[in-house]
Amino acid sequence: MKKNLRVLSYPYTVWMAIFIVVPLFLILFYSLTKGDIHNISSLEFSLESYKKVLEPLYLKVIRDSFLLALVSTMICLVLGYPVALIIANTDHKYRNLLLMLFLVPMWMNFLLRTYAWMSLLSPNGLINRFLTMIGLPRLEIMPGKVAVLLGMVYNFLPFMVLPIYTVLSKIDKHVLEASSDLGGNRLVTFMKIILPLSIPGVVSGITMVFLPAVSTFVISGLLGGGKTPLIGDLIEQQFLFSRNWHFGSSLSIILMVMILISMAVMSRIDKNNQDEGGKAK
Amino acid sequence: MKKFLTCMIIVTVLFTMLVLLTGCSSKVVINVYNWGDYIDETLIDEFEKVTGIRVNYKTYSTNEELLAKMEAGGSSFDVVFPSDYAVSELIKRDMLIPLNFDNIPNYKYVDERFKGKEYDPEDKYSVPYFWGTIGILYNKDMVEDPVDSWDILWNQKYKGQILMKKDVRDTMGVALKKLGYSMNSTDDSELAEAKAILSAQSPLVIGYYGDEIRDLIANGDAAMGVTYSGDAMDLYWEGFENIDYAVPKEGTNIWYDTMVIPKSCKHKEEAEKFINFMLDPDVAYRNVEAIGYTSPNSEVLKRIEQKYPEVFELPAFWPDDEILSKSEVYLDLGDHKSKYNDIFTQILAE
Repeated sequence: MKKNLRVLSYPYTVWMAIFIVVPLFLILFYSLTKGDIHNISSLEFSLESYKKVLEPLYLKVIRDSFLLALVSTMICLVLGYPVALIIANTDHKYRNLLLMLFLVPMWMNFLLRTYAWMSLLSPNGLINRFLTMIGLPRLEIMPGKVAVLLGMVYNFLPFMVLPIYTVLSKIDKHVLEASSDLGGNRLVTFMKIILPLSIPGVVSGITMVFLPAVSTFVISGLLGGGKTPLIGDLIEQQFLFSRNWHFGSSLSIILMVMILISMAVMSRIDKNNQDEGGKAK
Repeated sequence: MKKFLTCMIIVTVLFTMLVLLTGCSSKVVINVYNWGDYIDETLIDEFEKVTGIRVNYKTYSTNEELLAKMEAGGSSFDVVFPSDYAVSELIKRDMLIPLNFDNIPNYKYVDERFKGKEYDPEDKYSVPYFWGTIGILYNKDMVEDPVDSWDILWNQKYKGQILMKKDVRDTMGVALKKLGYSMNSTDDSELAEAKAILSAQSPLVIGYYGDEIRDLIANGDAAMGVTYSGDAMDLYWEGFENIDYAVPKEGTNIWYDTMVIPKSCKHKEEAEKFINFMLDPDVAYRNVEAIGYTSPNSEVLKRIEQKYPEVFELPAFWPDDEILSKSEVYLDLGDHKSKYNDIFTQILAE
């Protein structure tokens, strides 16, 4: 039976080979060559495009994207954890409603939601008109880094809340009762029981927010006015406008390496945590 | 079990193929790839109704994007709308099919002034669609100084109120023209100067945007921005009285957007039918009314002159001859393109 079931994975294996593995190698190939991309025989090995990535200007872009992604992930965690906790502790009757409220905005296209933020935050947008009307100083954040950060947190927050919520809602209530029976107050229960048990959710939440945040490009273009370019913007520009596939590919490879490293770090944390959990049992 | 699964897969694949094949044979579909906001979309429905040809309509935002998509291959386009310098690049790279003008009788309406242009000297490959200039769109309530020169985009007074175009040729072109150089310059020292003034300008610029510039200015989010004449006409038709458009005295870029048929085309005759349809005076007139740009269609120009003679006074619709004489059409930069791209990438990353 097991063998038969394996047949079911063939379509996906083929799909993955054609649409994921082959393109990956193509990107690697383009990143390591130079020359006219239309004439494959004219391409020659070169590290030129990697050298270009190391120019201070582009290093700054990479650093900015990394920092912005990190900060937005942190903000999502700080905002998202309590929300997940609240939803998980809500009565069953209202829990689904709360979850729905969280998910409904995600049904809308994310580009549309980002445009909506643009008209809210722009210098003469709704928020500023309201502030001026009631005599408060104007909010001058768009276009700029703060607006980009806001757009990222807004767009990616659900990816933090959902995995944490899932883990929290599965915690056995008896464990919590045992804690209070043994004299643990709410803080102790949270620190010693809930938090450690929810780490897997936190880890997957961080991964799910960090990955799209570090590679995003539309949000920074619209809310940052093109002046806060992120690595995703640079890549888009190389393929869509400059037609420099070699540079675009080497940037993509660098981004992939960055993502792989962060995922390795996260899975290490996750693994350590699971080991500890095992010991406790 | 295994046999059952294999059968299931085969049946599914066959069924999918059947559906796809029947979907194809029933109606010809042409892929039309145009600039965003650049057609009266009801005309597409009408074309489908009149000819029975289905149109798969998609949009892009810069010539570079169009060229990149065509270059990447994999998609077949039947009609695309490149501007002048993109047309010459496509011709040079042998990516276009010569048009059969027997299928495009409405070509006779194209005004002589728009034929035999440098980008397609023999008019073999392209038919003009719209033409215009780039210039400064500004809010009269927010700008006190006269807007007649590119210099105003470097005026400290308007710090944080200036929008520039996220388009390599337009942004570089403005800087070069302000310095008194050609917008097609390939001279390294001239380009270095352009780069220097663009980085000096960067702190004054609130953002580099594409099609959003029109709405940001109309909404009062910024005082002025570089954009296409057609955006100004669009706001004019919509009745924005506080918005005006100036073509700087140093001269500007005159552009001609065209309809061409790329080599990847699968339905040439149908594509030519589409081009012919767009040249029909009634259709072209409705198109102008909907999107505002200036038509190269002599019949349409005549009708507009009768109905709205005042628009010929607007620099956005009909620029001054003296300024036109100082203006330039973008030329294909060939191998120098990467210089422009590198500078532009660096300006944005600063």
